[in-house]
Amino acid sequence: MQLYLPIAEVSVNAFLILGLGGIVGFLSGMFGVGGGFLITPLLFFIGVPPAVAVATGANQVVASSVSGVLAQLRRKAVDFRMGSVLLAGGFAGSAVGVWVFQWMTRLGQVDLFVQLSYVLFLGLIGAMMLQESLRAWFRAQKGGPVRRSHVHTWVHGLPLKMKFRASGLYISVLPPLAVGALVGFLAAIMGVGGGFVMVPAMIYLLGMPTKVVVGTSLFQIIFVTAFTTLMHAVTNQTVDILLAFLLIIGGVIGAQVGTQVGVRLKAEQLRILLALLVLAVSVKIALDLLIRPSELYSVMPGMLP
Amino acid sequence: MRWLAVVLCLVAAPVGAESIVAGLSQNRVSITADFDGSEILVYGAVKREAPAPEGALEVIVTVEGPATPVTIRKKDRRAGIWINTEAVHVDAAPSFYAVATTGPLRSILSDTEDLRYRITLPRVIRAVGSATEAGDPAEFIEALQRIRLEDRRYRVLQGAVEFVEETLFRADIVLPANLTEGEYRVRLFLTRDGRVIDAQDRVVGVRKEGLERFLYNLAIQQPWIYGLLSLVMAAVAGWGASTLFRLVRS
Repeated sequence: MQLYLPIAEVSVNAFLILGLGGIVGFLSGMFGVGGGFLITPLLFFIGVPPAVAVATGANQVVASSVSGVLAQLRRKAVDFRMGSVLLAGGFAGSAVGVWVFQWMTRLGQVDLFVQLSYVLFLGLIGAMMLQESLRAWFRAQKGGPVRRSHVHTWVHGLPLKMKFRASGLYISVLPPLAVGALVGFLAAIMGVGGGFVMVPAMIYLLGMPTKVVVGTSLFQIIFVTAFTTLMHAVTNQTVDILLAFLLIIGGVIGAQVGTQVGVRLKAEQLRILLALLVLAVSVKIALDLLIRPSELYSVMPGMLP
Repeated sequence: MRWLAVVLCLVAAPVGAESIVAGLSQNRVSITADFDGSEILVYGAVKREAPAPEGALEVIVTVEGPATPVTIRKKDRRAGIWINTEAVHVDAAPSFYAVATTGPLRSILSDTEDLRYRITLPRVIRAVGSATEAGDPAEFIEALQRIRLEDRRYRVLQGAVEFVEETLFRADIVLPANLTEGEYRVRLFLTRDGRVIDAQDRVVGVRKEGLERFLYNLAIQQPWIYGLLSLVMAAVAGWGASTLFRLVRS
């Protein structure tokens, strides 16, 4: 069934989009990530203009995080105080990101900018995650001592300390603000929730206990992606509600199935698989930048600045 | 005054003149949710007041979408990666252009007539105020043509107009799914020996309708409401899914 998207102004197969949302939802349910980092590149691939893909991707992440945070809330695994601090940073980062996005669009380098961000962040996080999860896996095989979860680092020496009861932390508000801002920025330019940056940063940088990490990250991602969606809708008019609707419907169904599969796999195995997936996406985008394109020219409607 | 108009008509039309009587299958195209391209049938007849003169009679039909400014960018290798470097700006390039003829354009239309009526693709794309950041704008204009021919926004259909019984003709022009809204100008030309004998103009309106119209207008005119609506939709879907599956499982 063909469906004409009012904002993207392309005609797409509705079942293809539903399926796409379903597959990404399945993976996100299995790994506990928003899935924005997969949705946005896949939308580029089927011919949705990059600006629309990024803005609509953010909208889709809102739905998957709402669904995820409700599950975490029932387990009381959300640190609202930490979430609010991250959020304050997130809004600032997102506002800057939308502005940079507009500026890059004017320069005609938005595609490159988005692609480079994907290669850089996905490559970095994927490599780190792979290294860490492989080490954990070997350790589990050998049955060696488990590393302490709470390690004191330079982060704990910064001023403006604040108590985060749910996380059992007494640390400066500066690192959470910075992490939040980075994630907000990424949400705006990549159309992702930033869970793949947020989760490792919370564990390794802030030293938060793993049980509250996912819920707290999802909690703040809802608001950051909601803010990003709104900013894109108002400044660039690039949110396609029909496209988002199809992705969400496919996504929420896939996520529920994915969660069921996820509980049957071991945590280390899941992390290795996720790391490989993230790396694969990063390598694919990097190759596109390195290989000579078959058509050197591109046509964009609109004026030069 | 009416007699004057009649006389003027008679004077203007020389003996043996030929003219086109033409019609379109539809004068509006609606882009609805299930829009997947459309087809316009252009049909007509050649009206003669005297026996046909020497030389073959040819028909050219053009369909032209609203013109928009476009920027053409060229990728180049910088520090190992391919990035956009040079750009050329074109003030008015039609978002859609199809030209259908009874024969090869080169032989049925002279250059001077082409220049006058702007029929072939290079004549249609006007490069005004280009060469802002590039060495050779002609190369960029060529690329614009090539890219748009490839994604069927521009089409050259030589021989696609059929003559039935010498004076009746028809042409089917397919409009792609990625149409731009606006007035589509349909022109018909009658040529003999490369010269245009008669020309006709028609207009087809292309508009988003129904849900598409509503959402598009909302997104442009009320971006705040539209953005909030997108968020509410996402939140309700997320909440609904989690509740629904919890009920199913318990």
